[in-house]
Amino acid sequence: MAVQDNIGERAPRASLLNDPVVRGIIYQVLVAAAVVAFISWIVLNTAQNLAAQNKSTGFDFLFRTAGFDISFTLFPWSRTSLYWQAFLAGLLNTLLVSIIGIFFATILGFTLGIARLSSNWLVARVATVYIETIRNIPLLLQLFFWYFAVLKAMPAVRESFALPLDIFINQRGLMVPRPLPDQEFVWVLVAIVTALIAAIAIGIWATRVRTATGRYPGQVVLAAKVADAIVSFLVALLAFSLLANMVRGISMPIMLGASVLVAAVSVTRFAPFGRATLAFVFGLTILYALLVAMFPAVPQLLIASGSAIGGLTMAWITFARATERPPSEGRFPFALLILIAVGIPSLVYWATGAQLAFEIPVLARFNFRGGVQLPPELVALVFGLTIYTAAFIAENVRGGIRAVSSGQNEAAQSLGLKEGDRLRLVIIPQAMRVIVPPLTSQYLNLTKNSSLGAAIGYPELVNVFTGTTLNQTGKAIEVIALTMAVYLTFSLLTSAFMNWYNGRVALVER
Amino acid sequence: MSQMTETTAETTARQSGMQVSKTDVAIDVIGMHKWYGDFHVLRDINLRVMRGERIVIAGPSGSGKSTLIRCINRLEEHQEGQIIVNGTELTADLKRIDEVRREVGMVFQHFNLFPHLTILQNLTLAPIWVRGIPKADAEATAMHYLERVKIPEQANKFPGQLSGGQQQRVAIARSLCMQPRIMLFDEPTSALDPEMVKEVLEVMISLAEEGMTMICVTHEMGFARQVANRVIFMDQGQIVEQNDPENFFSNPQHERTKLFLSQILH
Repeated sequence: MAVQDNIGERAPRASLLNDPVVRGIIYQVLVAAAVVAFISWIVLNTAQNLAAQNKSTGFDFLFRTAGFDISFTLFPWSRTSLYWQAFLAGLLNTLLVSIIGIFFATILGFTLGIARLSSNWLVARVATVYIETIRNIPLLLQLFFWYFAVLKAMPAVRESFALPLDIFINQRGLMVPRPLPDQEFVWVLVAIVTALIAAIAIGIWATRVRTATGRYPGQVVLAAKVADAIVSFLVALLAFSLLANMVRGISMPIMLGASVLVAAVSVTRFAPFGRATLAFVFGLTILYALLVAMFPAVPQLLIASGSAIGGLTMAWITFARATERPPSEGRFPFALLILIAVGIPSLVYWATGAQLAFEIPVLARFNFRGGVQLPPELVALVFGLTIYTAAFIAENVRGGIRAVSSGQNEAAQSLGLKEGDRLRLVIIPQAMRVIVPPLTSQYLNLTKNSSLGAAIGYPELVNVFTGTTLNQTGKAIEVIALTMAVYLTFSLLTSAFMNWYNGRVALVER
Repeated sequence: MSQMTETTAETTARQSGMQVSKTDVAIDVIGMHKWYGDFHVLRDINLRVMRGERIVIAGPSGSGKSTLIRCINRLEEHQEGQIIVNGTELTADLKRIDEVRREVGMVFQHFNLFPHLTILQNLTLAPIWVRGIPKADAEATAMHYLERVKIPEQANKFPGQLSGGQQQRVAIARSLCMQPRIMLFDEPTSALDPEMVKEVLEVMISLAEEGMTMICVTHEMGFARQVANRVIFMDQGQIVEQNDPENFFSNPQHERTKLFLSQILH
């Protein structure tokens, strides 16, 4: 260590300008002055120009009549509507397309991301080709593709393609049935929400008790057994009714009796035999139906024996897997929770006599009547945004899973944790920390990219407001400022969420 | 390499409960081969470990010593031969693999603690979810083992807040919480600063004194001398030589062993 000679005196200094603190202050002051000067120049200049052109400023135009048509709005719209309603219509259309897009892009993205990590060569390659192709084609081009090359190339109204569930597709877009709930249906909705919350609450409570005492609560285990039996019964009924379709002479009492038998077996330790039987029936009937449809020339007896071999294989696989399962006392009661979430609303639906009718789109003289008509612009935009953003989400998901070192999985394995527990307790909590921040920014990207809908005529915010409204009113500054404020709000909300999430899950280090 | 001369710990280790069972086989590896693609990593490995035995595996890097112990709890698959652990043969059967893993603890070179869980949660995770032990009991056991490795005060910290030596001691405690019958150590001190090696080795020595069946892949020859009752030397996927520590170090048989020892003991 060097010895200081000038103890008590100030350290010698060549110039005040070489002091980093002083320098810092000088730079800050200079930059601040430059920014203030630039902004005041712009404001003064704009005010002068506007005054010279005799233009007024202000937001009073929002309360004047818009006088133009919007092809697709979520609330009743007429030419007499006001400009603020046009703003709202555009905003709602943007939100609509974003929410639908985010929903599907998340599902597709997670599927693709996991598929790309698959050990199955074909699955991994298909996902890779998808991601690399889609990511490298500009989004606008993809939107044009979906709009002009796919949807506008659909047949005219008279020759509409009929899809399952009374959905029709033609040049004018997608026609889907409109749900018509009656008064009592409100109770079913209430039941759905309550049952979902109850199922989640029971799941959390069961896990808590399992952690604290080492076993799932007795009531839940018992209820889970009953639920298992009911689910087994329903599945068995389905299997035997398929079998009854294939083989004549199986009457209803026989089906019911066999299903009850399977349900009874499912609560005993012979459950694997019941499962194997059902697997055999499903394999046999489904294979038989498929093969008969595909190869009508082949004798039925040959097909039946081939299907039987397929069914036996499925039965064998199911049996092997079922015997590996731990006894029901140690398993998370999935069947119970699903039964609660699905069963209670069904019961309420049946008990209250609620009706959920559907108004089916019907081809009238010139167009479809009834149902909901989704314009091709909306469909093309949702398709384009979903497929494009999913490719990026897939890469985030892959990166997140890759970011958890293989050592984590090995450590969990060596402690004897089963695959499901390893994923749930070790891998996913760590991967989500890496996935969620870029995921939210992909959501934001999708929302912002929805403004490209203007190019294919979808009436979202940019199209309706900075397009038509700006043209008609000439209020450039106000209109642009409002539109920018909307996107800025989305961005700030997203980043606020991200900061909160990052702060909550950050790994504690020194 | 840490300096470990004949200490009191060593004498007591030799004298106290370190009996090796004559009849109870803990691990039996018979004619085992393993390939990575075309590369023959392990060739005809035969190794019988009796209960209470403490084995040190040494050898140059790439000799297959880590791969061998990773095969013992099926982190790696073997392609030929048999591996029987605590009487259960390792096959593709998941049930048997889980059975073996529950009874075999493993400590890794890079600790592999779960960074999103506290030390206490790291220790109780497997007892709660694998053994179904009530949380309170699992925490009591965890605190017991944290005291054994001398860091009970760190229980509510996260792994990122601990030093390397402390993390490795937590990793050992985490394995012990499952009360395994066999412990595998895969270069437990290689990633540590020299001054932290000692604290980890002390924990391992005290484990050995209690008669734990251990297999350690390590370059700590002092540790090998002190606690091992067999040293195995591997090269190019084969067991070249095995002997008790005294004869292994003073009178190596093979040229390759002599070369290795001359390079490592300088």
